[in-house]
Amino acid sequence: MRFLLTDEQREFARTLDGMLGASGTPAVVRAWAAGEQKPGRELWARVAAADVFALAVPERHRGVGPLPVELALSFVELGRHAVPGPLVETVAAAAFLERLGEEAGAGVWLPRIAAGDAVVSLCAGAPYALDADAADAVLVVQGDTVRRTDTHGPVQPSLDPARRLARPLGGTVVARGPAVTAAAAHAVEVARLATAAQSLGLGRALLAATVSHAERRTQFQVPIGSFQAVKHRLADTLIGLEFAQPLVYAAALALAAGAPSAGREVAAAKVAAGEAGYAAARTALQLHGALGYTEELDLSLWIRKARPLRDAWGTPADCRARVLAG
Amino acid sequence: MDLEVSAADQEFRTEARDWLVRHVPAEPLPSLETAEGFAAHREWEHRLSADRWSVVSWPEEYGGRGASLLQWLLFEEEYYAAGAPGRVGQNGINLLAPTLFEHGTAAQRARILGPMARGEVIWAQAWSEPEAGSDLASLRSTAVRTDGGWLLNGQKTWSSRAAFADRAFGLFRSHPDTARPHQGLSYLMFPLDAPGVTVRPLGRLDGKPAFAELFLDDVFVPDADVLGEPGQGWRVAMSTAGNERGLTLRSPGRFTAAAERLAALWREAPGAADPALAARVADALIGARAYQLFTYANASRLAAGGSIGAESSLNKVFWSELDIALHETALDLLGPYGMLADDADEAPAHGSWAEGYTFSLAGPVYAGTNEIQRDIVAERLLGLPKGRR
Repeated sequence: MRFLLTDEQREFARTLDGMLGASGTPAVVRAWAAGEQKPGRELWARVAAADVFALAVPERHRGVGPLPVELALSFVELGRHAVPGPLVETVAAAAFLERLGEEAGAGVWLPRIAAGDAVVSLCAGAPYALDADAADAVLVVQGDTVRRTDTHGPVQPSLDPARRLARPLGGTVVARGPAVTAAAAHAVEVARLATAAQSLGLGRALLAATVSHAERRTQFQVPIGSFQAVKHRLADTLIGLEFAQPLVYAAALALAAGAPSAGREVAAAKVAAGEAGYAAARTALQLHGALGYTEELDLSLWIRKARPLRDAWGTPADCRARVLAG
Repeated sequence: MDLEVSAADQEFRTEARDWLVRHVPAEPLPSLETAEGFAAHREWEHRLSADRWSVVSWPEEYGGRGASLLQWLLFEEEYYAAGAPGRVGQNGINLLAPTLFEHGTAAQRARILGPMARGEVIWAQAWSEPEAGSDLASLRSTAVRTDGGWLLNGQKTWSSRAAFADRAFGLFRSHPDTARPHQGLSYLMFPLDAPGVTVRPLGRLDGKPAFAELFLDDVFVPDADVLGEPGQGWRVAMSTAGNERGLTLRSPGRFTAAAERLAALWREAPGAADPALAARVADALIGARAYQLFTYANASRLAAGGSIGAESSLNKVFWSELDIALHETALDLLGPYGMLADDADEAPAHGSWAEGYTFSLAGPVYAGTNEIQRDIVAERLLGLPKGRR
């Protein structure tokens, strides 16, 4: 047993972190929220060039995966930099299409997903598709049926303006039967893992920003970070994130191995990382005070993501029930 | 990155499991916090050591199996999953022994470790004093130089298991007039039946005499029982403190086994229909798994040449809060039966959670309070400035 990232995995994450850090993501997020997709699609292409989508696509479809551990690592970095768009939905769609095969057009869509040419939103068990207005296709799973559409209802304002939610409309049925149900169940697990990883990265970024603020911000003539009440809240935030992290990696390993425990492991990771990311957002807001309550501060872009990520692809209640089901 | 157990480690685990199946007492032993239970647990330590299961991570020459850290973790998981008795020798094995391996002389190790491994000498930790709890460096008990050794005077308190134990280890102020309170301390070991030692049992929150106060009046300690250099006791002791908060005292096996017991209780208990309680059961399972995995990661890091530092403070806060949440959830599931003490006639029918609950309440207090641990996390891991406490 060696439950540590390899040097290659660390280097991959570090490189992705460097690239995203240089990409000016706050401006991209703001544009995406305004419905302006060009900067987002440019960033999407750079994420694809770093092989992130290819990690969800098998080699026979011109990917390099599926590699759940590397995928989780990538999503930690995407979360850390608050990258907008249906990232989770696209890799979940890839997992879904890969399981379903040619019937659903895997040979057409997977190479395009891997290359970053196709933005695909997957909608399964939720009323709204994420970023349907920006997606090249939306796959909608209902029961044992999946249809593909490119039309949708009006975009609904959401808690995180960069998450553009719309009801998918119409479309054509591309597959039906138990294979759809099974493929969708697998896709949900991939989506949960990626969302958990994103929550973890988001939480790490929120904690780092808040620690840095607590060192600089003075009140009563001293840095607020010297007050025990402030320290303890930050310590608890770190503890939440530190203990969520190994759950995320273990879930990725279970998914990679196709282990019977994978569903339970992924659900546990989703609860812990979602709650830790959300707690980090609450801490960030509290310790930044009124500064943190303004939209102008880029931190707001991260704060607003935390709650939807906690609840997307399985609320904490859903995931706890999954853990108890064994 | 993997979580696969090698064939050799699996073989070790299987051997442990088979031994435990054959040897774990069918009926739980009486509480080790009573005279009768202490004696029964001492006998259990002896049985463990007869087949070299009492100190698996120690070198073979001292009665161990030279097990790796990972093997030790696997052993602990099997141990608690088998419902094996609590370890009455744990203060010596987990706290004193690592310090002896690091700072002791060959003669000390040869003399002390064997009887410790066999349960013949049970150790108590004599650190806290009435005016020195988490602020350990403010301790006042003294060690004064005399012919061939030291004379101890003062008072120690809240010493776990000292009411029944054989020997104790503690810190004493040996060199007064130092610039800082951490300096001038010495780490000494002494028999609890030595002339000048008075042991007064002190009831714990549940009434069991699990604690004691120690009054020391010119107690002689020979030079051979000083651990490390005289005056360097703080440095010597801190290696023990890291062990206490870190891996050894609260191995994940305890919590994974307890969380599984809790899940079993939930499936049968009167309160199972309450969704809020179900959520707390799920959180206990998730927390225990998180702690197990966090420990695997730490063990992997140590095996790769890393060291444990302030991270042990993360551990301590996490497991102590997990332990309380887990036990509170069990009591809530039991409803009216949750009030029963473990020695109530009908308690065993409900799984006997009371002593575990009471003990869990001490977690955030001992081994350095959680407030101190959060300060350490904030200052050493997050880099926040020191400030007024």
